[in-house]
Amino acid sequence: MLSFAATILLDGISYGMVLFLISVGLTITMGLMRVVNLAHGSFAMIGGYTAGYLTQKGVNFYLAIAGAAVVAGALGGLAELTVYRPLYRKGELSQVLLTIGIVFVATAVATEMFGAFPYPMVFPDYLSLPVSIGFRTYPAYRLFLIVVGAIIAAIMWYLIDNSLYGAKLRAAVDNSKIARCVGMNVNLLFTGTFIIGCALAGIGGAVGAGILSLEPSYALKYVVLFLVVVIVGGEGSFKGSFVAAMALGIIDTLGKYFVTQAAPYLLYAAVFVLLLWRPQGLMPSKAAG
Amino acid sequence: MAAVSDDKPAAPPTTNLGTGARYGWWLGLIGHAIPWAIVVLFFYMAGGYLSLGTQVLIWILFALSLDLALGYAGIVTLGQAAFFGIGAYAAGLFAIHVSPDPILGHLAAIAVAALFGLITGAMILHTTGVTFLMLTLAIVSMLFEYANQARSLTGGDDGLQGMTVNPIFGVFEFNIFGETAYVYAAVVLFIWFLISWRIVHSPFGRSLDGIRQNTRRMRAIGTPVWWRLLAVYTLSAAMAGSAGALSAHATRFVGLSVLSLLTSGIVTVMLILGGTRRLYGAFVGAAVYYLVQDETARISPYFWELVVGLMLIATVLFLEGGLLDLGRVGQRLFWRLRRRTDGR
Repeated sequence: MLSFAATILLDGISYGMVLFLISVGLTITMGLMRVVNLAHGSFAMIGGYTAGYLTQKGVNFYLAIAGAAVVAGALGGLAELTVYRPLYRKGELSQVLLTIGIVFVATAVATEMFGAFPYPMVFPDYLSLPVSIGFRTYPAYRLFLIVVGAIIAAIMWYLIDNSLYGAKLRAAVDNSKIARCVGMNVNLLFTGTFIIGCALAGIGGAVGAGILSLEPSYALKYVVLFLVVVIVGGEGSFKGSFVAAMALGIIDTLGKYFVTQAAPYLLYAAVFVLLLWRPQGLMPSKAAG
Repeated sequence: MAAVSDDKPAAPPTTNLGTGARYGWWLGLIGHAIPWAIVVLFFYMAGGYLSLGTQVLIWILFALSLDLALGYAGIVTLGQAAFFGIGAYAAGLFAIHVSPDPILGHLAAIAVAALFGLITGAMILHTTGVTFLMLTLAIVSMLFEYANQARSLTGGDDGLQGMTVNPIFGVFEFNIFGETAYVYAAVVLFIWFLISWRIVHSPFGRSLDGIRQNTRRMRAIGTPVWWRLLAVYTLSAAMAGSAGALSAHATRFVGLSVLSLLTSGIVTVMLILGGTRRLYGAFVGAAVYYLVQDETARISPYFWELVVGLMLIATVLFLEGGLLDLGRVGQRLFWRLRRRTDGR
């Protein structure tokens, strides 16, 4: 019984880690920079396809993940410079529309390049094997997800909450005018941050491809989940989105084991009620307020 | 007369009020006549494209419903598909389980969609911005998943099949050429258009304009903001439900995709492409969208997504008033030229 509960917990946490890995970039672009970014899933998809393509060509798995980060980050930076920058001053509607436009384009391009069917990702052999974790064996891939997620969570927490870069970013988000006055290069800071956010999405899309399978509809299909993580966690709050991602992963796994029929819409119902109860999310960040 | 010229948002430069008012009236009349003349002419000239025309009419009505909520009242929602889908499923289920009469079924669908709009609107309209957006997303995702699971009721992803629809008024039968469906859709669209036109030019419509522009000030001068928003949200839901019912009756089928996020996205794309707060923006947007989709799908089945995506990006960045703004730009040039010739 206890081992069954532990299995569910591990399944939930590893799924939650994938959600967190991808959403952490969205926490930056949407939570901190205040852009309603529905295109975030597209950058995760781009990363996933890049890594999938590279691994199929025989490139080392970790190099492929790095490649995913580079490609997703570069395209993200390009998008920031060309189409996102005029958006910062516009309303939510323009942001929603433009980012939906990006989703359409990304979906079409992915279909043209890789076909309409799920695209396989080649994982190294040792990740495909089950390993013993004391009371039972467990897929190494899911343990790998938990480790990677934990490492990135720690890095992001340090970067945003404790480094000079984080302090600058929070200051620029709070009041970009004053930040400019004290001599900060806000444009560069935003472009850099956007690149980091998209690169993280690319990494998440690549390592999470075993759970969220790669297909052209990826960009639209999962973006609601990523948005839920960010909004439920509280915009701009890393702790919040971490907790929300874990909760979402565990609830969804529980649902799959026990109430298979009701799971998906119960999840959205829970989000609905939670947002009515706490419109600012679980742990609203002060910077985003 | 004044009301007609009000409908032209692009009032000519104030320096030339006399000619402006005189020509504005004629321009207004022509502006109203053209789209409806096209709707009528298409019926005679469409040939095999009549069912495509019916689809366009249905989507025009759907986009028009969104124009009321999003364009006029400024309610930024991605949940409009919820009302369309509820209207479609309500009409379909009504035809199967209650009565095959299309008018009764249509009214029932409108009532159900309006009720759903009223209830959900009352729950979420006090929130704003991203939170509101997420709540509408949650609602439409919830309905989609429910319709997917409840196979016994909705047919799941096979769609709702096996509905029979009686002739309208017992006379006009739905045939394979889709003539009845086209006229039915056109008449319903015309009725809703008159209602919308009346509403946006009423004091109520003006107050919606004000709420969109500055909610806080409207509240300060005593406008019951929440009630106004709830009223227009419910009306918009009823219209979207009506469009859904049309779609169910015209094809005798309801697919799961009516409730998908993509449906919400597409209707927003149409409205924005055509231009918001014009009412006729929905006409232009839906027609252009279908034209583009039809033309590009011949090149490659996924090419339309690329083109529509690029059009959307370009519209947001360069043409905020939508395609109808192209006309405004042209009109402005025309008036500038006239003024110059008058001066001589």
